[in-house]
Amino acid sequence: MSTCECKIDLTKVDEIINSYGAKKSYLIAMLQKVQEEFRYLPIEALTYIGTKVEDVSPATVYGVATFYAQFSLQPKGKYEIKVCDGTACHVRGSMPVLNAVHQCLKLQDGSYTSDDGLFSVETVSCLGACGLAPVVVINGTVYPKMTADAIKIVIETIIKEEKEGK
Amino acid sequence: MNDVNTKKLTVNGKEVEFTNEPNLLEVIKKAGFSVPTFCYRPDLTQYGACRMCVVEIEGRGIQSSCTMPPEAGLIVHTNTARVRRIRKTVLELLLANHDRECTTCEKSGSCELQQYAEEYGIKNLKYAQKAEKDYLPIDDTNPVLIRDPNKCILCGACVRACAEFQGHAVLGFANRGSKTLVQPMAGKHLSDVDCVFCGQCQAVCPTGALTINSEVEKAWKMINNPDKKVVVQMAPSVRVALGEVFGLKPGENVIGKIYAALREIGVDLVFDTNFSADLTIMEEANEFVQRLTKGENLPLFTSCCPAWVRYLETQHPDMLNHLSSCKSPQGMLSPVLKELLPKTFPGYTKDNIVVLSIMPCTAKKVEAKRVELMKDGKFETDIVLTTKEFGRMIKSAGIDFAALEPQKADSPFGGYSGAGTIFGASGGVAEAAVRTAYNMVTDEELTSLDIKPMRGVDKNSRSKQATLDIKGIPVTVRVVSTLKEAEKCIQEIKKGTAEFQILEVMACPGGCVNGGGQPTSCNDSSIKEERAEGLYLEDANLQVRCSHKNPDIQRLYKEHLDKPGSHLAHQLLHTTYSDKKKGSYKDFSGCV
Repeated sequence: MSTCECKIDLTKVDEIINSYGAKKSYLIAMLQKVQEEFRYLPIEALTYIGTKVEDVSPATVYGVATFYAQFSLQPKGKYEIKVCDGTACHVRGSMPVLNAVHQCLKLQDGSYTSDDGLFSVETVSCLGACGLAPVVVINGTVYPKMTADAIKIVIETIIKEEKEGK
Repeated sequence: MNDVNTKKLTVNGKEVEFTNEPNLLEVIKKAGFSVPTFCYRPDLTQYGACRMCVVEIEGRGIQSSCTMPPEAGLIVHTNTARVRRIRKTVLELLLANHDRECTTCEKSGSCELQQYAEEYGIKNLKYAQKAEKDYLPIDDTNPVLIRDPNKCILCGACVRACAEFQGHAVLGFANRGSKTLVQPMAGKHLSDVDCVFCGQCQAVCPTGALTINSEVEKAWKMINNPDKKVVVQMAPSVRVALGEVFGLKPGENVIGKIYAALREIGVDLVFDTNFSADLTIMEEANEFVQRLTKGENLPLFTSCCPAWVRYLETQHPDMLNHLSSCKSPQGMLSPVLKELLPKTFPGYTKDNIVVLSIMPCTAKKVEAKRVELMKDGKFETDIVLTTKEFGRMIKSAGIDFAALEPQKADSPFGGYSGAGTIFGASGGVAEAAVRTAYNMVTDEELTSLDIKPMRGVDKNSRSKQATLDIKGIPVTVRVVSTLKEAEKCIQEIKKGTAEFQILEVMACPGGCVNGGGQPTSCNDSSIKEERAEGLYLEDANLQVRCSHKNPDIQRLYKEHLDKPGSHLAHQLLHTTYSDKKKGSYKDFSGCV
């Protein structure tokens, strides 16, 4: 009896592990590649890495994956919203902007991907654009001097464009 | 004599010599001072997480003594106002984030956090108590260990024990900053990951974050039930450790007092697992001689350690043919008692006998629940208590243990040989087996029964090997403790470089004397050595030192079992194993 019901293609993970020679010292690089492949780190992939890479266990891999903010254990959305919460952005009101995003996407506590899988939200520490504070970046596009109202308009525009199939 | 390697430093104005001590903390101990610590465990790597062991060094300021290498000429102060202030702040911060329901905590009385909070007089906390909503669920889904993250102080001792002893790292840190937790992979239950339940994580835990799932109440209920006949067995290493609970020296053999205490508590018959250790040797030595003659399934793996058995079943099911089919001594005695007591003791039936087993081991609790060790839908061993739990039972019964007059075990399953006794130390099972196997092959006795290369339970003796000449046949025995060392042996076998015919594995470092259910000994590596000495001392002083010479064993074979490996012996004393990798959380067969 095999109880493993993998929802992901582990051969991809296997290729990534092998390309790094299954070495512990490349663990973070492997995780980055896996995240690139799946847009997040599925638990099965973490467990699998923990069994294949020498000298690490699934619990250790999980520890690394949850330690770094760059890794996500939940699927990310098609649009990745990064709200800067560096010092400059914070004092100029990044929190109301973030709250507006959460409200707009109807995100529950602890969740950062919208139910339709279109958006995911994260805060980042400093984008190096303090003169434009508070800054939001969506899939590489910079939105400067954001306010709660402005970000709502940005998100609504994207939703509208998506519906029209652009 | 002035050794060139001897250097000196000063602790609290007292000059102390040191050579190769691993850190300043050990030198301070040597000088006769103690330093509080949560995360430093002599048998584990130094970690420097808790900051309780800070000391003030002239010209160097505040340093954590567990991570600082000792240097000649250092002037160390362990008890300055600054040091005390830091330690108090550490305690206050830990306590603010800690579930302080001490009275109902399993660890109450032996908790290091509780002890230091009392010693440092922490009365008023400057910091707000952890909010109710921040409490996390407790994992009590397995019969052995309870994990309560609300009592964890993140010292990481359990994580290191799991990785460094068992090479397994079932437990790990997750998240970061104030959200950091110690937990199995992805917050799963311990029963859902490949934990072997050796209990070493719990043995090194300074607080109540990892504790034993106690069966004391169940034991009392059975003892107080007049319809039940409670019969007891206790493992070799319990007798050299239980005394510690009552202020006696580690290694002091208190077996006579244990028999007496059990009768005061009110059990019906008192037997000894040492007897069935002898029985195990008869069966296992016979099995080894058979395999040696046929040249199959070698090396033979010992099967006494349930954590090792579980490890093989979940990690290396392809190696199960090497594992001895013998049940462990606990597993052997229970069916013998249930089968044979009704024949000779009036009033005893298969249904009213309750086998209570006292073990140094947490994994034995899981072993007792193996489906392979069931008969007619019932478990052969009913209740397994650890040494610690049994100590608490004696205390709560109001028995003055140290003052008890030693008594003897009941007949006919209480007599044992020295070979049975040394089962409790790493190397003991192999030594006992060799004593009897030699006789089985040659019909003669070994001239010297002490096989010294197989002895030793300290950090440097986790892998030992000895070759013996059995009338022209060289037999090499490998003895390892910790599964990390066992894994190396498995890799040798897989590579074809293994040159041994017997592999003895005990999962706890040093063997059962240092088992997960023994009284706390993680702050002093010498305690397990003293316990082992206690066992070897008893062996040396016993008249009968070989299993095959134990008169009770001889009678059992003569009257009931015929000979080792007989049909009835197989029915009662042998078991089977199964591939448990399938269904394990790490099973990816069919997915790649």
